Amino acid sequence: MSPVLAGVLQLLALIAALALAYRPLGDYMARVYSSDKHLRVEKWIYRGIGANPNTEMRWPAYLRGVLAFSAAGVLFLYVLQRVQGILPGSLGFASIDPDQAFNTAASFVSNTNWQSYYGEQAMGHVVQTAGLAVQNFVSAAVGIAVAVALVRGFARSRTGELGNFWADLVRGVVRILLPISVIAAIVLVACGVIQNFSGIHEVGQFTGGSQQWNGGAVASQEAIKEVGTNGGGYFNANSAHPFENPNPFSNLFEIFLLLLIPFALTRTFGRMVGSLKQGYAILATMATIWLGFICLMWWTEFAHHGPAFEIAGGAMEGKEQRFGIGASSIFSISTTLTSTGAVDSFHSSNTGLGGGLNLLGMQLGEIAPGGVGSGLYGMLVMAIIAVFIAGLMVGRTPEYLGKKIGTREIKLAACYILITPALVLVFTAAAMALPTPGNSMTNSGAHGFSEILYAYTSASNNNGSAFAGLNADTQWFNSTLGLAMLLGRFLPMVFVLALAGSLAEQKPVPATAGTLRTEKPLFTGLLVGAILIITGLTYFPALALGPLAEGLAT
Amino acid sequence: MNNSVTNTARLLAAGLRALLVLTLVCGVLYPLAVTGVAQALFNNKANGSEIKADGKVVGSSLIGQQGYSLDYFQPRPANGLGENSVNTQYKLILSGATNRAGDNPELIKWVKEAKAKVVKDNSTADYKVRPSQVPADAVTSSGSGLDPDISPAYADLQVHRVAERNGLPAAQVQKLVDEHTEGRTLGFMGEPRVNVLELNIALKDLAAKS
Repeated sequence: MSPVLAGVLQLLALIAALALAYRPLGDYMARVYSSDKHLRVEKWIYRGIGANPNTEMRWPAYLRGVLAFSAAGVLFLYVLQRVQGILPGSLGFASIDPDQAFNTAASFVSNTNWQSYYGEQAMGHVVQTAGLAVQNFVSAAVGIAVAVALVRGFARSRTGELGNFWADLVRGVVRILLPISVIAAIVLVACGVIQNFSGIHEVGQFTGGSQQWNGGAVASQEAIKEVGTNGGGYFNANSAHPFENPNPFSNLFEIFLLLLIPFALTRTFGRMVGSLKQGYAILATMATIWLGFICLMWWTEFAHHGPAFEIAGGAMEGKEQRFGIGASSIFSISTTLTSTGAVDSFHSSNTGLGGGLNLLGMQLGEIAPGGVGSGLYGMLVMAIIAVFIAGLMVGRTPEYLGKKIGTREIKLAACYILITPALVLVFTAAAMALPTPGNSMTNSGAHGFSEILYAYTSASNNNGSAFAGLNADTQWFNSTLGLAMLLGRFLPMVFVLALAGSLAEQKPVPATAGTLRTEKPLFTGLLVGAILIITGLTYFPALALGPLAEGLAT
Repeated sequence: MNNSVTNTARLLAAGLRALLVLTLVCGVLYPLAVTGVAQALFNNKANGSEIKADGKVVGSSLIGQQGYSLDYFQPRPANGLGENSVNTQYKLILSGATNRAGDNPELIKWVKEAKAKVVKDNSTADYKVRPSQVPADAVTSSGSGLDPDISPAYADLQVHRVAERNGLPAAQVQKLVDEHTEGRTLGFMGEPRVNVLELNIALKDLAAKS
């Protein structure tokens, strides 16, 4: 069997598995966020928080909940890293420096999981499990909560109420993320992912001498790392490390996990707005872009242009033999089109155009299918932009899902789509203009520029993957990337929640013969076009200087 | 003003309480429960899939090793592998890739040198390796630097050298390689591969017996 055919079969198996899970999981999540019953364990948690889960919140209150909880997360994680040196159960690892601790705290709370540290040498058991892995859960739950609030904005009328943030947060963790993670973690251990609390482990080598490994609660962290589209590896090599991703099955399983919730949420959305077809249209948009990118990635990686790859006879640099080019390409597209950022191969050693696809995938705004929650709300904002464009063409006030897209709504949507490009381009320009940041590059020329563009793209879009040749553990990168991650996560949430509030207050407009049918393939086509054109126009000059220059030269 | 400060403080306190409760659930109970199940059901795997030779642990079947003499099968290069730069009371393996682009001069040099070395090392008196025979995995570093596997093509290429240096018939060594070649999982997942450590342990046994 040729590697290309094996790649195609793996993709088909992945699609089949996702299709099987789509309905039950999507419907289940819709029930979770619509139910008015609380589980007993949830009641205990609400008592611990001191919050009443039945209070309906308007958008400012919902937003305050999001921000307060996330601020507490940043503070707690920062302090935890700063005192690691005196924490028991930390292998005697030293405390993390202030700039790196800030960067890491911002990174995990914003669901980015950019890492300027090397997991195996820097983070002990306590920070990994009680700090980083916890944010993997809760940052994902926050993302879903905000998406659900926006969906309620479409579904509800003549009220400003969007639900209760604490209830949405706790339910996301207890009823969705935890059960999936427990099962996933045990499957991963069965594949060979380690799960223990041993200290540093010294074993003899076949070739003489000995080697030292870290033990750790890797499987439990690996599971939520993928399920929550987080992506922060226990080890520096992330999902390329055999202890995180031991065999071809675990590899495909991890790709499945990171796509599972983002795709299924479109079903949840369809359920909650009362039209499954609307959910399918969004799903079709996401799937079209995702599949298109995978095919392009296969094309460029199997063709392996680039001097070193041509001499080697294949683009295997940075790729593991057990996965090969076919599966590594599926992983690398899936991780950059969701906001995961886990890697099973190193994107910096992709072909020039392959690295460009990783960059462009993130620059689409992480919406195909995007991060848990953030992918859905990002795509719905793009849908609003698309109906607005369609409205301009025919000279009608645009509507989406029975809500008028007026001045206020379109302003909020426009602000949303301007934030990340502004962060990416301004920070990249500043880093290139200043004398010292460029010293962090490993590669020179177009690829060196791509390293920096990739870093700010990844941080601002909350992805977390890297062209990892860049030495990002400097005060400049730790602080600016940390800032980009926080602004890139929470400013868009402000606009999404404001939008949700404004939509929820409206009364529904009845559909007429002139209403754009947003559940039809025509709209999916319009939406795909709008996304590609808007992103293309925004980033083309930057992409031309980096990956396009590199890819076309070889 | 005063009012908004108290409100903010109250909200932050609620956020912190929520975080602490969820830390207990997701950061303590969850990993402990998974560890319990993992240690009970998959003890060897949960502890790193250690592998023994002559009754001694000689590594993990999942973690590739460097530094085999030419008597043994060679792994992939690992130019991205490092050693820890902080917490230096330990000597930890730092997993990683080279992160070099396809047009990076250093990578071009590494690949060229590796290819020349593979050709030279594996050509014996009656077996000449052509450069076009060398597969890509033999001259490139993996993502982790710890790749335990090589492609069957790279293993096959090394058979004549290994047989000669161990005084074994080439056919016997080739048989050993074939026995240790693992196809794609279920016929389509991943790529075919040969685990270098397991193959070398078996080779050592074979050489000792004959």
